Formats: sequence, C-alpha cells, structure tokens
Amino acid sequence: MSDFFNEMYAGPSVARSHYGDFDRWLSEQPAQLIEQKRAEAELIFRRVGITFAVTGDNEGNERLIPFDIIPRIICADEWARLKAGLIQRVTALNLFLNDIYHEQHILKTGLIPPEQILNNEQYRPKMQGIDVAQSTYAHIAGVDIVRAGAGEFYVLEDNLRVPSGVSYMLENRKMMMRLFPDLFARHRIAPVAHYPDLLLDTLRSAAPDDIDNPTVVVLTPGMYNSAYFEHAFLAQQMGVHLVQGSDLFVDNDVVYMRTTRGSERVDVIYRRLDDDYLDPLEFRSDSTLGVPGLFAAYCKGNVTLANAIGTGVADDKSIYPYVPDMIRFYLSEEPILNNVPTYQCRKKEDLAYTLDHLAELVVKEVHGAGGYGMLVGPASSRAEIDSFRQRILAKPDGYIAQPTLALSACPTYVAQGIAPRHIDLRPFVLSGKSVAIAPGGLTRVALKEGSLVVNSSQGGGTKDTWILEK
Amino acid sequence: MLSSTADHLFWMARYTERAENTARMLDVNLENSLMPQSDSDIEQSWLAQLKISELEQYFFKKYDALTQQNVIDFMVVDPDNPSSIASCLKAARENARAVRGSLTTEVWETENFTWLNLQQHLKSGLHKTNPSQFFEWVKFRSHLSRGVTFGTMLRDESFNFIRLGTFLERADNTARILDVKFLAAHGEHGAVTDSQAEFYYWAALLRSVSAFEIYRKVYRDVITPARVAELLMLRTNMPRSLIACVQGVVGNLQDVRNDVSLSTEQFAHSLFLELEQTSIEAIQKIGLHAYLIRFLENINELGLRLSNDFLVPMAPEITPKVSSQLQ
Repeated sequence: MSDFFNEMYAGPSVARSHYGDFDRWLSEQPAQLIEQKRAEAELIFRRVGITFAVTGDNEGNERLIPFDIIPRIICADEWARLKAGLIQRVTALNLFLNDIYHEQHILKTGLIPPEQILNNEQYRPKMQGIDVAQSTYAHIAGVDIVRAGAGEFYVLEDNLRVPSGVSYMLENRKMMMRLFPDLFARHRIAPVAHYPDLLLDTLRSAAPDDIDNPTVVVLTPGMYNSAYFEHAFLAQQMGVHLVQGSDLFVDNDVVYMRTTRGSERVDVIYRRLDDDYLDPLEFRSDSTLGVPGLFAAYCKGNVTLANAIGTGVADDKSIYPYVPDMIRFYLSEEPILNNVPTYQCRKKEDLAYTLDHLAELVVKEVHGAGGYGMLVGPASSRAEIDSFRQRILAKPDGYIAQPTLALSACPTYVAQGIAPRHIDLRPFVLSGKSVAIAPGGLTRVALKEGSLVVNSSQGGGTKDTWILEK
Repeated sequence: MLSSTADHLFWMARYTERAENTARMLDVNLENSLMPQSDSDIEQSWLAQLKISELEQYFFKKYDALTQQNVIDFMVVDPDNPSSIASCLKAARENARAVRGSLTTEVWETENFTWLNLQQHLKSGLHKTNPSQFFEWVKFRSHLSRGVTFGTMLRDESFNFIRLGTFLERADNTARILDVKFLAAHGEHGAVTDSQAEFYYWAALLRSVSAFEIYRKVYRDVITPARVAELLMLRTNMPRSLIACVQGVVGNLQDVRNDVSLSTEQFAHSLFLELEQTSIEAIQKIGLHAYLIRFLENINELGLRLSNDFLVPMAPEITPKVSSQLQ
C-alpha cells in the first residue's frame, strides 16, 4: 500500500505547485504553535458542541470528530473538471429516478435488467406514477470521490438519501479561518459559507407549484441522532424551523406544524429521516419519528419532501455500475468522472472472479453504509476472508467487489508527527431550478496508518477542503 | 414559533433558575451551620432544606443519616434527584441543545460550557472540598446565562418564553423558601426567640435571595420577620419577590397572546392584583403558611395553563409536586 498519490508532494520534499505556499508556511511554524492550535481547535469544537452521538451508547455520550489542521487543497483546473462531472452525474441520476418511477424507458431498452430495479429493496412501488415537484428527486446529493493511481478521480459512491457532513465542511472552514487567518491572506481560497443560502434557495424552488412564499422546515429524528448537530445547524443557518415528527400533523392532506399561535402550513420538508420512518401509516408502522398521513399529502402534491421518497434505488451499490450508462442514455454525453470497476456478485463470472481474488478486493454489501459490513481484502486476515466468503456465497446478489484502490494520501498530524494518511472527498450537489455546488466539500481522512476506511464511525477524521481560485 | 421550541426554552430557563436557587439555599444553610447551635438544630436546618423541594421522602429512601454531606450530595450530584443541581444543569443543557438553532450562539455556548464545566467540578469534587465556591460558581453561571440572554437575544417570543420560565420558577422558589423558613421559625423545633438568634436567622434568609443589603436600604431598621415577608412578597422593585415575578409573567404573557390565552392572562393578572392590593398585615391575618400554600397552588396552575395554551401540555398530576418537564 506504499504506492499512492500524495496530494501535497510530487516527490521527496517537492511540494506540488498548488501546495507550494502552504508547504513554505508550514515549515516556518514552530511545532509548539501547531500543538497549541490543535488544542485550541478541540476546545472550541467542544464548547460549540460540534459533536456526534455514538451509536449504541445510551449514556448520551458525545464525541468529537478529530479535526486535522493540514488542509486538503484542490487547484482550480481540477475543481472545474470535478464540478462539471458532478453536475453531469447528478443530473443523470435525477433523470433516472424520474424515469424509473414513470415510464421506465431505461428498462425497456434493456440497458439495466428490470429485475435489478424492481426487486431492489430500495425501489418504492408506492412512488410509481407519483409526480414530484419539478421532477427533482435528489435535491441534495453527497458524492464520494477518491483519487487513485497516478491521481485520477473516481466516484466511489453516490449518496442520494440523506447525505450528511456538510456542517463539517462549514465548521472546518470557520475553524481554519479562526486559527490561521494569515493563511487565508496568502491564498485565494473559494468561500463556502454561502452553502446554507444555496440550500434554502434549492428547497424553496422545490415547493409545490402554486405556492408563492413557501414555508421550509428541517425534519430531524431528534437530538439523540448522530447527525443532530448538523440538522440544528442547517435549520439555524437557513433561518427555518427545526421540527420533529411530533411538531407536524396532517389535516385534509395538508401538512401543518404546531406553533404557539396555532397551526401553520408547511410546504417543503428537508427531511433528515429515512424513508422507512416518514409515515407510520405507509411505511414502518412502529415509527414514532414520522408524521401519520404525510405520504398521502405528498402524493397529492401538497408538500415537497427533499429528498424525494425512493431515491435509494439510484445510490444502491448494485445500481452504481450502471451510472455511466445512465449518463450516456439520458444526456448523450460521455461520463466526465470515472466509476470504479465493479464486479457484481449476482453475475456468475463476476462471483467466480471475486471469490478467487478476495485477498485483493474490497467487497461491500449492496445496501451497506457507514463502512460497516465490508471486507478490505489486503488488510484482512485469512480467517476474516474465509468467513466473508461464506457470507457472499450465502447471498451473492447482496455483494459487489471492487479492486482495492490505492487512495491518495494527504499529510496529516498524527501522534508521531506529520505523516501521509488516506483521504476521500464528499462534495455536496444541490438540484433545484439549476444544479449548484459550493466550491468545496468534506474531506475525510483515515487516521490509522494504512487504513482506507475514512468513516467517522470507524475512527476517521476530517480536514478543511480548499478550492484555490485562479 | 413551534410549541415544542417554546417548551424547551421555557424549561431551559426554569431549570437554570432552579439550579441557582438550590445553590443559594444550600450556601446559606452551610453558612448557618457554622453558627454556634445544637446538633439537632443543624439537623433541622438540613431537613428544612429537603422540605423546601418536597424531597424528604426521596432522600430517606437513599440515605440513612441526615448529615450535611448527605444532603449536599443529594442536592448537588444525585442523578436520581431531578432537582439536584447536576440534574437541573443537565436538563437545562439538554433543552438548549434541542433548540440550539433558536438560541444565539452565545446563549447556547454558555449553557453547554456550564454543563462541561460542571463535569470537571464534580470530578474534582469541588462541591465537597469547597462547597461555597461551588455554589458561587452555580450562581454566576446562572447570572451569565441570564445576562447573555438579555444581551444577545432578539426580543421575540423566544425571549418571552425564556423569561416566563425564569419568573414562574423564581416565584415558586421564593414562596417555598419563605414558607419553610417561617414554619421552622415558629415550629416546635428551635423556635427562634432571642433577638440575636433571630437576627442571624432572618439575615441568612435574606442573603439567600440577595436581599440583605436591599433590606437595609429599604427599611433602614432592625430585621423583623414581618418586614422580611413583606420585602420578599409585596415589593415590586425587589427582583426576587413574589409580586415582581408575577408582574414579569403578566408582561411576557401579553407579548405572546394567542387565540386561547385570554383566560390565562386574566388569571395571571388577578394574581398580580391580589398581591398588589394586599398588605403584610392582611396576610398575617390569614396566616402566612396558608397564604403561601395557596400562592404555590396558583403558580402551579399558571404553569399548567401556560403549557396548555402555548407549549407541550403537561400531565396534570405530578409527584413530587415540584413541576417537572414531561419527557
């Protein structure tokens, strides 16, 4: 795993040109100052309460996601290409979702086997034939991108349900500006602080057609959800209400919230709750987090849900291999961003290849998320590989496999000093009247040496992400 | 605003105020216990402390002996005691966290930092090694919380519901302190008779509500129980008096008026008028204890009405009678 692309250095102590100024600055800083700034950052994050709840911890303990002060820097040309690729990809995914829940042209042409969609757990038959406002399904998308090999970008995953992490993009920037204002004077760093404005604009434009001045709310499962900080943060930054299911009710297929002055109509719900929990009358009946009758109001077109119900069918790992074809099919364009070559274990020959090469591959559950339920072949013991083999054999269509990518690495502060650690990037793509992206994203870093798993639930940290302007 | 948001703000303020008042009472009791007196007197004063919060039966379920350390432990750290300072500060912070988007950054960070600091103080055992300093810290965090609310919050409904929580809780707490202290002074145990003991007894009560200097300023005379009661009940310019608190409730209720709140407004206003038109002599005729008990019932009803009109409705039957938030 030692052969990877280093984001900062082209060779031993040769900084890449867009890291030149930063490298010089870093070499001028006394180690003691950096240590002091890191402690300061931790104290501020704690006081501000930028924490996440630990799954399975009933004591309500809160943890900080480790923040690394060495930024991930992307130069203007690379960003331009990434941005064009992201817009293209998310546009195609939205067209795909609209198609799947209406005429299903892409299935009729045979480009995707119909059973792959119709038997998919993430496909929602209840959404079939339902028109959603502006035919937009994934208003907010978080696309995971990695760099591998000699530095090419690959899309690792499209997150079209309730992608999180954007608050860290914003807070990390605030932190860096607070800790190192001089760095911002030295660089032309594209600002990201207007993201909540873009988001509000996107959500308002997604309102049902006949609404003039739509009321937008953020729906959260509550303060013990691991991403609660982000829900509260975004609601506050947009100046809209943060609601829980119990704050809302449906009367005559219209959604209202309970206020101190009576009820008030709600037009757009930015929901941070999975499909399953939205409406106990239609989905999981044991859900106390949702709103009874919400789905009926939604079908009548009286309220917009962002993201739409049923987007999971487009970001499922078993559908991922078809995204380049979707781009060609709906947009008649060649994909700008690469997919990672993927073996679908449901196919006989792919399964055989996967089983023969488990020690080299990364195997993922098609519905898995958060870095759980995956096998990183090169980092696993014989026993782990063997037990995973049994799991694949028991349910081949539940798995895909990909070559283990040599993820790029970025210098990072660790206990022993500065060392390269693997990173990824999650930019956030907003689809309203047009498609918009704040110049940046969340860079996650695997803090363990050699680790390729960047998820915060697996001990990952984050970095500020700089897009340099020309 | 959302009813649930108003509810969280209201309870955030109530719990902050309750923590402050508990710290005040404990601090004064601690100071009092340094005076020359019999062991049973000291014991009685700690028992009175528990009675104020209607917690004696809960205390004796957990502790054998009525000692200073046990009571402080129970009233400061005990997570099973919903009125302990730690429970109150935790509840205040949880409520703030639930609506952090409706608070200014400064208000939220103040609540959060109080809670974080509390963990450190409890870990280092400050409430045992230097309880006075600990109580002082609690009081000043409450001052800070109030100050940062005044200094940074928009004067809208959020602010009104925070103030309503503060005033209602303070009215309740002041009435409880008065009731217990007056009962103890005239009760079977250690009735305060000689004038020197009387001075220290009432001076301590005044100090517990930051009213010692104010008393001197207002009356320029020796301390008598009747005047103490008058000051803490009927003086509108005394910020912790019953009438000042009820006045605060009336004013804030007006600002948040809705279609159903008229009768609650009238109820609060009649409470205010009653206090305004009575005198300490008239109250003494009825009996201070009877009067305060009725006042506490009225405050409890006011809280229920507020919840029903604006917030998340409370369950009407609550044990112990100290109001608490529906979880």
